[in-house]
Amino acid sequence: MGMEFIELRDIRKSYVMGDMTVPVLKGVSLTIASGEMVALMGSSGSGKSTLMNILGCLDRPTSGECWLDGEEVSRLSNDQRAFVRNHKLGFVFQSFNLLPRTSALDNVAMPLSYTDEGLSEREARQRAAEMLSRFGLGDRLHHEPSQLSGGQQQRVAIARALINRPPLLFADEPTGNLDSKTSEEVLRMFEQLNAQEGITIIMVTHDLGVARHAQRTIHVSDGLIVDNAVTAPPTTGPGGGT
Amino acid sequence: MRIHTTARTALRALARNPMRAMLTTLGIVIGIGAVIAMMEIGAGSSAALQKTIASMGANVLVIRPGTASSGGVSFGSGTTTTLTPEDSAAILKECPAVRNGAPIVRARTQLVYGNRNWVPTYIYGTTPSFLDVQDWPALAEGEPFSERDVLNATKVCLLGRTLVRELFADESPVGKEIRLNNVAFRVVGVLGAKGANMMGLDQDDIVLAPWTTIKYRVTGSSLSSSNQSATSGASGDSVNTLSNIYPGSQPSLYPERSAVQAANNPMPVRFANVDQILVAARSAADVQPALAQITALLRERHHMRPGEPDDFNVRDLTEMTKALSSTTTMMTNLLLAVAMISLVVGGVGIMNIMLVSVTERTREIGLRMAVGAKGGDILRQFLVEAVVLCLVGGAMGILLGHGGSQLVRIFMQWPVATSPVAIAAAVLVSASVGMVFGFYPAWKASRLDPIEALRYE
Repeated sequence: MGMEFIELRDIRKSYVMGDMTVPVLKGVSLTIASGEMVALMGSSGSGKSTLMNILGCLDRPTSGECWLDGEEVSRLSNDQRAFVRNHKLGFVFQSFNLLPRTSALDNVAMPLSYTDEGLSEREARQRAAEMLSRFGLGDRLHHEPSQLSGGQQQRVAIARALINRPPLLFADEPTGNLDSKTSEEVLRMFEQLNAQEGITIIMVTHDLGVARHAQRTIHVSDGLIVDNAVTAPPTTGPGGGT
Repeated sequence: MRIHTTARTALRALARNPMRAMLTTLGIVIGIGAVIAMMEIGAGSSAALQKTIASMGANVLVIRPGTASSGGVSFGSGTTTTLTPEDSAAILKECPAVRNGAPIVRARTQLVYGNRNWVPTYIYGTTPSFLDVQDWPALAEGEPFSERDVLNATKVCLLGRTLVRELFADESPVGKEIRLNNVAFRVVGVLGAKGANMMGLDQDDIVLAPWTTIKYRVTGSSLSSSNQSATSGASGDSVNTLSNIYPGSQPSLYPERSAVQAANNPMPVRFANVDQILVAARSAADVQPALAQITALLRERHHMRPGEPDDFNVRDLTEMTKALSSTTTMMTNLLLAVAMISLVVGGVGIMNIMLVSVTERTREIGLRMAVGAKGGDILRQFLVEAVVLCLVGGAMGILLGHGGSQLVRIFMQWPVATSPVAIAAAVLVSASVGMVFGFYPAWKASRLDPIEALRYE
């Protein structure tokens, strides 16, 4: 069997609280293929956030293996994992997490300062401007987050997540702070990115309406995967085939 | 992450909260400002103080002939006659640590003007350099005698304030004639007032005249009375020929020798001797080198063998030099202590605000880590922020301190001296304060767990 893009093998994670060991993940195995759009669902306390942190190289499992793009990431050093996050992963958060009092342009260009590509300030800002234009914010480059609407802020956040052209995008409750209309916009944007550019997207959500946009929904409950069903056929964009 | 990118990130982060950055750096601004102002005012005062003490004679060395002794009886300091005006000239020419020097011939006799008379404490025969060596204030009236007057043994003199008061009352003495030991002198100038010296002697009770005049016209005893040899020996020396032009008052004890006698039995040539030589070193620090140079030079000129004791004494005013150096050292230490305290206070202020800032920006740190910042990147970012704060504060402090000291100079007429060393030190110190006090908050930031940090409210 060829190596999948993401493969988890018997991932376990437990937290030590005083004398007690609280298991959060109790042996999760999972594969996600390149180009998939997956929703990770579960009630709060189910372990879905922990699972996402492990997938996102922010946390280490207690045991088990986590393969990402042919690399076992759970045993990497902190700096190596920072490198993986910088180059292969993009994060979109529920609360946008934009730097306050900082222009949209600088917010988007921020991850570039941690790459070792050696981009000059001008190249970095140019790339950030292109990225923002793609998301329809070409006229908002120098606006600060407080001058942008929620939908615009989330688009800035998506632009920031994609500035390093990662193959994998994590979205943690991406529509949690948005009204239904802008939620639809953002989700359609994800679908487009997935279809047109083949970016693998993992959305963490507890909203069935959001999960419906994914091709597959993984239900997590009490530290285990309980349902792993394909809910919809892969969506096709204008430029993508079937 | 390259350093200028880091610097830009840090500047942008500081610019997000300019008011707080300003207030944070205020401690450093005041600290460095105080240091610079104090250093400048202190350096100015120190220079002024040194000048004052130098005018009291701290840089002056006194060279006196050694003791003569006969049959176990020593006659005390200044009794040999080996010190010459040529020694004085040679010291000036060959000792680099010496600024100026003047030979002195002393006399003690009555001074007469009209129906008044007075015996001055000092009657000095010297050269015009004397005024410079003693750092004498400018002449109150007239002008000093010249080198030419010295060569010609002109009968001119300068009077001190006390003499003017005693002999002339309200008249101006310039151009008047006074008599010294029945020799008429024309007064060419009046010395500025100098007051009493450290021993309480009135320094204004003084007559200055060319040393040749005092030596050959007033005391008149130099060669014929104090020495048996060469009373009439024709030496080639220009100065010594003066003793032929102006012979002493005492008659020669021995019959004149013929040319044949002189050729058969040559007499050693004696030079005119002086009672002491005053020498000014270039600065207080040059006093010791000057002393060594003079001793070496005079030993050579006087043909002293190794091991043979000096036939002269060189004395410096050690007490004053000590007072001078201890004053300067104390002042420097005081300034340093004040500087340290204010900088530590400023540094603690920076650390405090940086800690607050790290807590407040926990989410930002989490986010930066999530998009790929390494611990080292975060550490560097916060460290650079602290250093930038301190450097900007240091720069403002330098301007503030310099401006302050200039105000002091303008409005209080205090002497100040710009000190490039202090400015360089201030820049270095503020950068290191930033490093030292910025390190702990930066280290704390770099150790944050990205998950915890992102979840922080």
